[in-house]
Amino acid sequence: MVLGGLLLYPIYQLGLISFFHYTQAQVSGGEPATFEGFGNYSELFSDGEFWRVLLATVLFAAACVASTLAVGCALAVLLTRVRALPRLALMLAALGAWATPAVTGSTVWLFLFDPDFGPVNRIVGLGDHSWTYGRISAFFLVLLEVVWCSFPFVMVTVYAGIRAVPAEVLEAAALDGASQWRIWRSVLAPMLRPILTVVTIQSVIWDFKVFTQIYVMTNGGGIAGQNLVLNVYAYQQAFASSQYSLGSAIGIVMLLILLAVTLVYLRLLRRQGEEL
Amino acid sequence: MNLSGVRVRRPWRLAAEASALLIAIVVAFPLYWMVLSAFKPAGEIESTEPRPWTSAPSLDSFRRVFGQQDFGRYFVNSLVVAGSVVLISALIAFLAATAVTRFRFRFRTTLLIMFLVAQMVPVEALTIPLFFQMRDFGLLNTLGSLILPHIAFSLPFAIWMLRGFVKAVPEALEEAAYIDGASRARFLWQILFPLVLPGLVATSVFSFISAWNDFLYAKSFIISDTSQSTLPMALLVFYKPDDPDWGGVMAASTVMTIPVLVFFVLVQRRLVSGLGGAVKD
Repeated sequence: MVLGGLLLYPIYQLGLISFFHYTQAQVSGGEPATFEGFGNYSELFSDGEFWRVLLATVLFAAACVASTLAVGCALAVLLTRVRALPRLALMLAALGAWATPAVTGSTVWLFLFDPDFGPVNRIVGLGDHSWTYGRISAFFLVLLEVVWCSFPFVMVTVYAGIRAVPAEVLEAAALDGASQWRIWRSVLAPMLRPILTVVTIQSVIWDFKVFTQIYVMTNGGGIAGQNLVLNVYAYQQAFASSQYSLGSAIGIVMLLILLAVTLVYLRLLRRQGEEL
Repeated sequence: MNLSGVRVRRPWRLAAEASALLIAIVVAFPLYWMVLSAFKPAGEIESTEPRPWTSAPSLDSFRRVFGQQDFGRYFVNSLVVAGSVVLISALIAFLAATAVTRFRFRFRTTLLIMFLVAQMVPVEALTIPLFFQMRDFGLLNTLGSLILPHIAFSLPFAIWMLRGFVKAVPEALEEAAYIDGASRARFLWQILFPLVLPGLVATSVFSFISAWNDFLYAKSFIISDTSQSTLPMALLVFYKPDDPDWGGVMAASTVMTIPVLVFFVLVQRRLVSGLGGAVKD
């Protein structure tokens, strides 16, 4: 019931609002809401900014997912190669990064890369180079933070998966003279495929809807909105410009994209013969 | 220890261990810098030659944080929200997980698929309709407007994960309890509940963190009554884009991060095993 009330009904309303003309006047009850059909969508799709933001969102999410998975898997393999003490150190550090709230993570990374008082520019020798000024470098900074706080989930899960692989299999591969890379590619990766699927899909879903990091680190979408992603864009349209219907239409677009991802995920699960 | 059973040559293992330690330091560095900056006196923070240590630790930033605004109040608000979400969703999730694993009923599979799909819904996209819903409930500007949505959004994942734990309890145990004359309620609370407690802890971590870290809802639903604000909003008071009070931001961040960190480290063992179980199911 709670689930139905707070999940299904809002989705329905989100769809409904996206078909109406809904701005500040309608919220306060001054004017009746008028039905616009797909008007909001055609307005959205004919707006060059929407496509620019969509493209940025997809590219940014793809870069985040790829880096997170690469870092997470590499470190998971590294964890199996070391003794208990370094493993504990890395585990604890990763858990710390994982536990850090998105808001504080964002402010701390901003401070680290601060042009005046941050240590990173001193170490790298960049002077007072501002990371949040350029479009690419601002996205890159957010990407670093996102990878920092999301690789631990991948690392811990994949590490748990590797430990479940029987030692004899790996030993046999090593005896046959397989290199480390070959073992990973031909033995571990196929055996870990179910786990890798889960973490990939989870990462796609998380990184596609990054909100806090972009909002805080680029101060609401960057200079002239250069760092907007769909989620922040929808929020700005709805709550900053009172274009609730446009914001809802963006929400519906996001929902449909993620639903498509979910369907792929369900199909993959089913093909692996897993039962619900 | 050589877990994988593959014999790794000594120099390689030492190199691997050195890089593991180095990476651990890099990963932990932002947190270290946060705590360090929170204790630095104002002069050292706003220095163009930052040093990785401080010669004169001071509590000035913390004093400013707790003095300015009602920071203590925000802290309590955050605790109330996260605490209620954890307790209520753990209770519902436990009952629901038991129901979907122990009973066969119509639409059971449909329900399970719904739980899975519900996890994929971008909750951020629902901010707009939820805003109107909360307005209709008269909950805007109250903590209830944060508690309710978070319970709804943490439930699907919690039920999905708990299912595996309930499944692991053998049904013979249940039958034995009934034969010994235990009622359904007694079995549920005195036998099943303690057995799935580790799983409950693991799922609680996730509900706690999502409620504690929430920024978007706090920003959207608590619009005018600042006495109902939660920590993330309070933190941003110190962060003004053109002239941020870094000492204050770092001190507030430290205060906000420490409870989660403690909570996380306390349950990490159960978390890792709980996650492994959920993924394998």
